[in-house]
Amino acid sequence: MKLYDLIIIGAGPAGITAAVYAARKKMDFLVLTGDIGGQAAWSGDIENYTGYQFISGPELAQKFEEHMRKYDVPVKEKEEVIEIRKLEKDILVKTLRGEYQSKTVIIASGKRSKELGVPGEKEFKNKGLTYCATCDGPLFAGKDVAIIGGGNSALDAALQLIKIARKVYIINNTLNLGGDLIMRQKVESAENTVIKNNSQVSAVLGDKLVEKIRVVSQGREEEISVQGIFVEVGLIPNSGFIKDVEKNSHGEIKINSYNETSIPGIFAAGDVTDVPQKQIIIAAGEGSKASLGAFNYLSRN
Amino acid sequence: MAKNVKVYSTSTCPWCIRVKQFLKDNNIVFEDFDVGANPEKADEMVKVSGQMGVPVLDIEGEIIVGFDKDRIKQSLGL
Repeated sequence: MKLYDLIIIGAGPAGITAAVYAARKKMDFLVLTGDIGGQAAWSGDIENYTGYQFISGPELAQKFEEHMRKYDVPVKEKEEVIEIRKLEKDILVKTLRGEYQSKTVIIASGKRSKELGVPGEKEFKNKGLTYCATCDGPLFAGKDVAIIGGGNSALDAALQLIKIARKVYIINNTLNLGGDLIMRQKVESAENTVIKNNSQVSAVLGDKLVEKIRVVSQGREEEISVQGIFVEVGLIPNSGFIKDVEKNSHGEIKINSYNETSIPGIFAAGDVTDVPQKQIIIAAGEGSKASLGAFNYLSRN
Repeated sequence: MAKNVKVYSTSTCPWCIRVKQFLKDNNIVFEDFDVGANPEKADEMVKVSGQMGVPVLDIEGEIIVGFDKDRIKQSLGL
């Protein structure tokens, strides 16, 4: 089996930046990923990535990809990693399609949307219920929609939908909306928005498509008619495929300031790690650090 | 003869952008419907695909949901 210098897992901002650095260091490496762009590709408007005063998520993801492709980086898409294990010296990476070995690995597999776990959620997925406001938002022009959640991703979805939907309900299970003040103010001042704090969705109802949600607010239950439901209740790290590495209570992989995990040769970067701030620009920066870390590791060992 | 290809998409979805780029790169002529701007086409998409996620491809009556590169290639004989 071929032994790579480096395998990068994931091609979001962290993985892509790691790949650009690895290419410039002329490492013999490979990128294994499900898709390209990661969560950045699903973001709405981005106004805090330095160098771009304003850019949309899909556009920024496209720019990242172009930058990576400029270096002829070997990328295998639709690769789902199922196991990463340290052998005696090298590291084994198993995917649903095959096995790979490498001297170092950077885990930049990011996070995925958390599900609500209520009746009707699975049945109505893509039938009015979605986890991607950026993708499916425009389909709900002129319709009544509910956004489930109260953090930044919920506010981001709300800001996209306020412009096009008839009525936007925000179902938030805490006492007040969280997220950035500037976004919260925009959402709270919108005329077509109804914010229901301290409320939980208990079921998604409909026939062929979504028709209603059942909401419980302080013991009182009501049904709200909506055609669209946007689930934005947070994210969970894609770290299940590696068992032996140290993680925090959220399942995020613990790293030090060199992006080293508890296993020598295995590095991690971006939202899958315990770095507290989750931002595109931070993920990108962490990706470069991890790549340089892997490069130094290779020259030492 | 070239197959009749329709794409139902929204202006913002990353997979829609990518699926259209893929078709262009392979010199496939297609009709593009922006279902965010065109409610009639949005209804048509829901009817033919039984769901509301984009993109949806209609390749001579064969419905493909999402950017399923392998199925698109097979269907178009690429």
